[in-house]
Amino acid sequence: MNAITVLTQLLSVLIGVALAPLFLGWVNQCRAWLSNRTAPSLLQPYRTIRKLLHKDAVIAEGASPLFRAVPYLLFGAMATAAAIVPSLSTALPFGKSADAIALVGLFATARVFIALAAMDIGTAFGTLGARREMMIGFLAEPALLMVVFTASLIVGSTELPVMAETLAGRAVAIYPSLAFAAVAFVMVLLAENARIPIDNPTTHLELTMIHEAMVLEYSARHLALIEWASALKLFNYACIGFALFLPWGLAPASAGAEGLLLAFGLLLLKLVVAGAGLALMETLSAKLRIFRAPEFLAMAFLLAVLGLLVRLLLRS
Amino acid sequence: MTALMAGIGGPLAVVVAWLLIGLAGLLRPQSTRIVARVLFPLGAAGGVALMACAFPALSADPISVTLPLGLPDLPFHLRLDALSAFFLVLLGVASAGISIFSAGYFRDGEGTAPGLLCLQYHVFLASMALVLMANDAYGFMVAWETMALSSYFLVTTQHRIAEIRSAGFLYLLLAHVGAISILLSFGVLQGGQWQFAFDAMRQAQLSPTWASAAFFLALFGFGAKAGLVPLHVWLPEAHPAAPSPVSALMSGVMLKTALYGVLRVSFDLLHAQLWWWGAVALAAGLFTALFGVVFAAVQTDMKRLLAYSSIENIGIAFAAFGLAILFHCSGMPALAALALAAMLYHSLNHALFKSLLFLATGSVLHATHERSLGKLGGLIRRMPWVAWTALIGTFAIAGLPPLNGFVSEWLLLQSFLFTPQLPQPFANMMIPLGAAALALTAALAAYVMVKFYGVVFLGQHREPQLAEARDCSVLERVGLVWLSVGCVLLGLVPAWVLLQIDRVNVLLLGSGLELQGRSVWALVPMSSERAAYSPIVFLLGAVLVVGLTVFGVRRLYHGRVRRAPAWDCGYPLQTSRMQDTAEGFGQPIRHIFEPFFSMRRELPTPFDKAPRYRVEVLDRFWAALYLPIARAVLRVAALVGRLQHGRIGIYLLYSFVTLIALLVIVL
Repeated sequence: MNAITVLTQLLSVLIGVALAPLFLGWVNQCRAWLSNRTAPSLLQPYRTIRKLLHKDAVIAEGASPLFRAVPYLLFGAMATAAAIVPSLSTALPFGKSADAIALVGLFATARVFIALAAMDIGTAFGTLGARREMMIGFLAEPALLMVVFTASLIVGSTELPVMAETLAGRAVAIYPSLAFAAVAFVMVLLAENARIPIDNPTTHLELTMIHEAMVLEYSARHLALIEWASALKLFNYACIGFALFLPWGLAPASAGAEGLLLAFGLLLLKLVVAGAGLALMETLSAKLRIFRAPEFLAMAFLLAVLGLLVRLLLRS
Repeated sequence: MTALMAGIGGPLAVVVAWLLIGLAGLLRPQSTRIVARVLFPLGAAGGVALMACAFPALSADPISVTLPLGLPDLPFHLRLDALSAFFLVLLGVASAGISIFSAGYFRDGEGTAPGLLCLQYHVFLASMALVLMANDAYGFMVAWETMALSSYFLVTTQHRIAEIRSAGFLYLLLAHVGAISILLSFGVLQGGQWQFAFDAMRQAQLSPTWASAAFFLALFGFGAKAGLVPLHVWLPEAHPAAPSPVSALMSGVMLKTALYGVLRVSFDLLHAQLWWWGAVALAAGLFTALFGVVFAAVQTDMKRLLAYSSIENIGIAFAAFGLAILFHCSGMPALAALALAAMLYHSLNHALFKSLLFLATGSVLHATHERSLGKLGGLIRRMPWVAWTALIGTFAIAGLPPLNGFVSEWLLLQSFLFTPQLPQPFANMMIPLGAAALALTAALAAYVMVKFYGVVFLGQHREPQLAEARDCSVLERVGLVWLSVGCVLLGLVPAWVLLQIDRVNVLLLGSGLELQGRSVWALVPMSSERAAYSPIVFLLGAVLVVGLTVFGVRRLYHGRVRRAPAWDCGYPLQTSRMQDTAEGFGQPIRHIFEPFFSMRRELPTPFDKAPRYRVEVLDRFWAALYLPIARAVLRVAALVGRLQHGRIGIYLLYSFVTLIALLVIVL
């Protein structure tokens, strides 16, 4: 660990935090175009966050300190995750302290925090959202873990930078197990980031809400942090996907400034394509009834387990 | 002899002290003050002392002594080795917290007289310590039965309530079914020499068939105590019945003596293991874990919920145990050590967080007189000490980093993940499925704990009298804080803890972990390229980021806050009854895992004057396994009863016929 790697580490976190709303803005823009609407500006998420930060916070009577702490914890958790997921470079000294299992655990911690905060006020919608979020979570989390396991069985490591490096360094080969895992991962990404078909991020109908129902009681800076954290979560998921399935283009530890610049350009390219793809998927599918969500996620889980089994079968 | 006594003398002195403290309770049996202010704190000091004197024994050589006690020609043998020492430390740590909590917990007029309760409680503690130190089957069984009986009396503290009596009876029954099985297992283990000291059993050479018989008898017997499905039925009955510190002690510590027993028999007394034992234990453990967590999710009584969660955690421990056998028999010593370390770590973790949560339910129960989740809520505002310590327990048991539950889960997942090719194709297929089941269980545990914590401590009060709930007393706080600090510390220095646990690995498996970089900062079980976890760095990083966020937002913008009624999308009417109940929160699980349950539902119709919704979730094992057995036993008893006529002539005839038959056989 030297000064350069520490700088790269800080840079990746900062880029994650700064780019995440932009990525969300891009996805929203593509969605608007695809549904023949006039698109909001690419910078709209930043404007929303800025507007919210300037407002006075209104907190429900009887909210406990937990309620007020959660937005900060949530944002902190997602920023910490951005320090573990290789987005720009594989030189992540902080990544040594937590591997992919700890990353999944970190996401779970964030989910538990937000669910508890949603139950804190004791409104009907808050608890409803918490229950649904935990339902999505308990199926999506093991599916994500199985996806990670499939890749780490191929690589022989559970550390994301090592996984990305090893996968990128190999000759381009199609691993059948990774194909299963990739499909499962996309399904998990949709579910965990409150996208269609599981949840609609732009919905105004309370009864169909999942993520939005949990944050109904938040306002101003708290809401801004939660929105930002959600954007960061989407960004992190996208980067996990790149690290596992499109690992090429990450700067190695030895790369200098131009290497990082190249990696940054490639990251932007990947994000542009992935955002457009995500918007396309969302536009083409309809939102599932909440009762069908477990089936969708169970399928993701089964696909991921299948990927793991295929890997073991082909090895023997 | 004196040198030998130096090591084992400490734990033995604690056992004697506990017995004396218990007897001292009888001097003034009605005085809650003496029992609470003097005796229970002394018992807690005993727990700390036990921890302190068992800890050095982890790294010492095994010490054996023979006590001048027992039956003629059958003296008690005691032995203190790394395995015993590890579980003694566990007993000491957990019981110290529970005892100091109990000092503030037990009140006047709750069932058994306080002095008697003190006796039962401390005999229970002492017998658990003796179980862990016994070195012959006779001493072991005496301690084991004392443990079962004393805990039975503790469970039935409120013996005037019929349900509690029947719960206690069920517990006693299963404890004895298990004890018979353990006794038979020892009978097989002595291998025809009729020597019941463990030292003799270690020498015995058993054929694979007899070794398997001994293993499965032990698995059944200890499984009945631990709550392995389908022998789990007593847990959800006995835990709600018992006073909370007793539930804590039973769930946190007593279940671990069963894990100790199964380890002692399979790795120490049996000299060789077979791989398929591991496969069976792994499958049984995983099924138990999944079963326990699914049932925990649909419970509406907070202590039943925790009881099912104990079943889940025991299942995880058994899965790790099965994995350890599997690896050990396949010639993978490092992985076997990893799995065994995961099991031991998880046992220690569970002792801490489950005790913590049971104690928290005790405080809630005392403050509100309510055990049903449907009538609690919002206690974080009235009982901050209990709520915040319970939050630590909740995060720990849900397996979230950086607390201790995550570490053992991480270790277990790592041992699943780095399984190289096993020689048996069948076992090879089990590994990924096992990893998937474990991941699902862990995620469900988070669901269960959000339900538990959210419904009890968050939201609005579901009943008006909860607004008067008072926080727990100072001694109770000490107990809660002791256990939660344990949860945090075990989560933060896993590498150091593993170094201690490794001595048990060396004792049982003959080789230890291949820990890299013997630092306390980073946990690197294999190589740093493969996996590493350093919770302190991780936590510091996260704290730094959160701190920067708070600073940035509050400093660069503003910290203005206004309080207003909850918005709730502008709905004007908001009552506490509009929150999810425990049934509501468990509904998705009930829906998804429907085949697990047998449900009795009472649904309202549109014409009801007073609509009522009731759902009862029943355990399928009860109807499918226990009731048929009970019916069969009754039928056999009725058949045997036919022999009874009450006329002496007929009984004499029986004796005569038996005598003739015996003579015919002998001649």
